[in-house]
Amino acid sequence: MNFDQELNARGLSCPLPIVKTKKALSGMTSGQVLKVVSTDTGSVKDMAAFAEQTGNPLLSQEEVGGEFVFYIKKS
Amino acid sequence: MAKKMAIIATKGTLDMAYPPFILGSTAAALGYDVQIFFTFYGLQLLKKDLSDVKISPLANPAMPMPIPMPVMVQMLPGMESMATMMMKQKLAKHGVASLEELRDLCLEADVKFVACQMTVDLFEMDKSDFIDNVEYGGAATFMNFAGDTDICLFV
Repeated sequence: MNFDQELNARGLSCPLPIVKTKKALSGMTSGQVLKVVSTDTGSVKDMAAFAEQTGNPLLSQEEVGGEFVFYIKKS
Repeated sequence: MAKKMAIIATKGTLDMAYPPFILGSTAAALGYDVQIFFTFYGLQLLKKDLSDVKISPLANPAMPMPIPMPVMVQMLPGMESMATMMMKQKLAKHGVASLEELRDLCLEADVKFVACQMTVDLFEMDKSDFIDNVEYGGAATFMNFAGDTDICLFV
């Protein structure tokens, strides 16, 4: 999937992946896609909850080799 | 209009310092307007120097320890510093942010910190020991914000 910016959240625990995702999105323009890579198991549910509550659509999420990869579109 | 969350932070130990800052920074990231009211021992969390924020196994039987430790041993001098050091190492190893980092993230996200003026007077605390970006107020100040919040927590 195409993306405009990537956030490396590997090794970070709650709430850092979410807080850093929010910060990254703040610097982007509407319609751009942010790729987030995390190793925190809790971030799977948290990222979906973040997307739902902030209205930034979670385009896809997948697990690749023990890492969680999210694509979030800035609303 | 943005949702609101208010937290009362009353504890000054390392373990109990985390919930207000974690929930505050997360709620702010979700678009909440957040205010944290620090009272009694919670005021320690507003000090520039957070090295007094410690954890003790004493009277804390649920704290996981590498080896079982009798209470008589927990009482020995230096045990509190050792437990604090071990806990901080564990937090860092698991990628959990430091208190300073989480507090900075809260401030960056415009979480408002209110310090209890009564506690400052009661314990004769020096306001110059606290970080900037702190407002001082009492219970009525807290109610003014808490009265129409969506989430209100006591930690």
